[in-house]
Amino acid sequence: MDDLMAARSQMALSLGFHIIFACIGMVMPFFMATSHYFYLKTGDLNHKNLTKAWSKGVAIFFVTGAVSGTMLSFELGLLWPTFMEHAGPIFGMPFSLEGTAFFIEAIAIGFFLYGWDRFNPWFHWITGLIVGISGLASGILVVAANGWMNSPAGFDYVDGKYINIDPIAAMFNDAWFTQALHMTIAAFVATGFAVAGIHALMLLKGRNVAFHIKAFKIAIIFGGVAAIVQPISGDLSAKDIAKRQPAKLAAMESHFETTKRAPLLIGGIPDEKNKSVDYAIEIPGALSFLAHGDFDATVKGLDQIPEENHPPVLVTHLAFQVMVLCGMIMVGLGLLYFFAAWKKRDWISKRWFLMLFIAATPLGFIAVEAGWTVTEVGRQPWILYGYIKTSEAVTPMPGITYSFVVFSLVYLSLSAIVIFLLYRQIKMVPELYTDHGNHSKKPTEPIQ
Amino acid sequence: MLYVVIAFLCLSILLYLLLGGADFGAGIVELITKSDLRQNTRMLTYRTIGPVWEANHMWLIIIIVILFVGFPPIYSALSIYLHIPLLLMLLGIIGRGTAFVFRHYDAVKDDMQRVYNLIFTYSSFITPFFLGIIAGAMISGDINPDANSFYELYVAPWTSFFSISVGIFTVSICGFLAAVYLSGEETDQHIRQVFIHKARLLNIATVISGALVFFAAYVDGLSLMVELITEPVTLTILILASLSLLLLWHFLNKQKAAASRLVAGFQITMILLALGYHYFPDFLVMHNGANLSLFNAAATGKPITTLAWALILGSIFILPSLFYLIYSFQKEPEGQA
Repeated sequence: MDDLMAARSQMALSLGFHIIFACIGMVMPFFMATSHYFYLKTGDLNHKNLTKAWSKGVAIFFVTGAVSGTMLSFELGLLWPTFMEHAGPIFGMPFSLEGTAFFIEAIAIGFFLYGWDRFNPWFHWITGLIVGISGLASGILVVAANGWMNSPAGFDYVDGKYINIDPIAAMFNDAWFTQALHMTIAAFVATGFAVAGIHALMLLKGRNVAFHIKAFKIAIIFGGVAAIVQPISGDLSAKDIAKRQPAKLAAMESHFETTKRAPLLIGGIPDEKNKSVDYAIEIPGALSFLAHGDFDATVKGLDQIPEENHPPVLVTHLAFQVMVLCGMIMVGLGLLYFFAAWKKRDWISKRWFLMLFIAATPLGFIAVEAGWTVTEVGRQPWILYGYIKTSEAVTPMPGITYSFVVFSLVYLSLSAIVIFLLYRQIKMVPELYTDHGNHSKKPTEPIQ
Repeated sequence: MLYVVIAFLCLSILLYLLLGGADFGAGIVELITKSDLRQNTRMLTYRTIGPVWEANHMWLIIIIVILFVGFPPIYSALSIYLHIPLLLMLLGIIGRGTAFVFRHYDAVKDDMQRVYNLIFTYSSFITPFFLGIIAGAMISGDINPDANSFYELYVAPWTSFFSISVGIFTVSICGFLAAVYLSGEETDQHIRQVFIHKARLLNIATVISGALVFFAAYVDGLSLMVELITEPVTLTILILASLSLLLLWHFLNKQKAAASRLVAGFQITMILLALGYHYFPDFLVMHNGANLSLFNAAATGKPITTLAWALILGSIFILPSLFYLIYSFQKEPEGQA
């Protein structure tokens, strides 16, 4: 493996790892705040226990997200020093604001996790909400920085120099809104379906039903709503990419030749050599419509882009298909849940119904990873679209393969430990939070 | 506005050394605690540092962001030539943070606890050690972009005697700060005495390793000591720091927790101040004399202005809530232990 490939793999691994924890850190606080709110309003102990149980999970995920995020802030320089030297001052604005948001998040999580029975209950509730809001702000700001790499703005490039730098214009680049919107909704979808899936599994086992049903409902309502509105944001993104990054759209759709009335491909395996796609279902004119709002519009193909600037088509295309497929399944499940909640209340205790949601547990995160693959691989060979190539930005230090191997091992073991800890937390639920059927009787406090 | 950014950079470095340092130190203190008292140390660390430790480490993020936005050549040069120690430090940060949280949030308390403890204590040692090594390498003038071999470019700058002694010095400082801090939080008289004893030992270790830094500088051909004592300002600072040692021992003996902390913090601030004053504005001393300074490596124009405003606005949000957090958890919890 050469150094460039090792550096790219290490970056992909680090981002792919971090994004899972970032999503959970962004979204779980809202689930907790919801459950916490019901507890404060009604005094229902199941909601209190649920808030506490979730907060333990969040503590585990938050620290893993925080250390992997710290790691990333160094890795940008360790792996791409040339890029950072030019880009730092231009796209630094969202990072400096993100520093503040992250800091506030860390302070608020201290208050929230350690603040039970110490503060006014509503102050304590607000600190939990602040964790979520600052987490969300962090996420949006970092995505805005990534948006700048896709849609460079806020500088003039003259004779190899970056002048007239305007960090605010760089932050509000053309891509920031569509990307941040799509990612924020995706975080809710992914976390919602993952959490709902785990609690559905517990419901299937029939233990602590009152506890798990409340958890399932909160998670699936957030996740389901997010999944149903996500295609709208996806459509905005597609139209935006068609305008700004035709090469990426062409790779996503394996659209080799510029055509009018371009078909939308569903599935299929692109053959980059022969510039053809096998086994795909074609919907005539649909790509033109989705990209430009007109069935007869011309969609730019890879033939109009110099070969050396083509992104890898196979990976981008497959990742896009995976993302859309997962998204569509979750739209269906979201609708199914709301239909059941409206008309068929008893479905929630049915095995087949729970099995569907258990099966969907990883789908949101698969979609998130696939979506980032589309964004990042689809931008190649550029690190800063149209200005700096990834190969020009990589560190001059040789031997990155070693660091890639070390970090792969670190992230693998961390993932294993986090799964192990989560398993143990869930296994302990019956012992820590038994059903309190009779609320008038003072129950024993769960063990800290 | 550049001065605002520089002020925030200096403040963040100081706060990271004091707060983050005390935090690493808690693991170092645990490492050198006899096994029968370790569980006690763990509980105390959890109670006093648990709520604030994540916030303490945010200063490092602020430092990094200031460097890459405001002083990109410095960030880039550090990333290239000190890649290896930075990676090792990051491994320490990852291990330490996760082990600290995992050991508390593991729902089943079994043999895994020993694994977490092991990772926590050793990474608490490794992280400040490499931080110190990096700091040493930044001022030793061993970074040589004109070198040819892998060893000279990427290994030699941070494996000098001087860098390693700064690493040891940093570890001592962290342990010392933590012992002073923890001794003030312990309510059990007997155990408090143990912490005070450790604070004294680690204070001696700090003084000795400080002397080692000067010695290493001498051996490596850096005239650091002579320069520091011939310059009136740094000399005064060092004298103040040395005199405050007497105060520190007095307060430790009298068990005045707040005063001990204040003096310990003062000493470390003085050490940083002396070094900062001596090297300012240079931030990265290069072998070929083309030092990267906070002036010649600074971004200009809007990036600096917006960074300064972002820092000012951020601190309006961060500082009051951070102080309230630290203040809130200094008090004994009411009604529960």
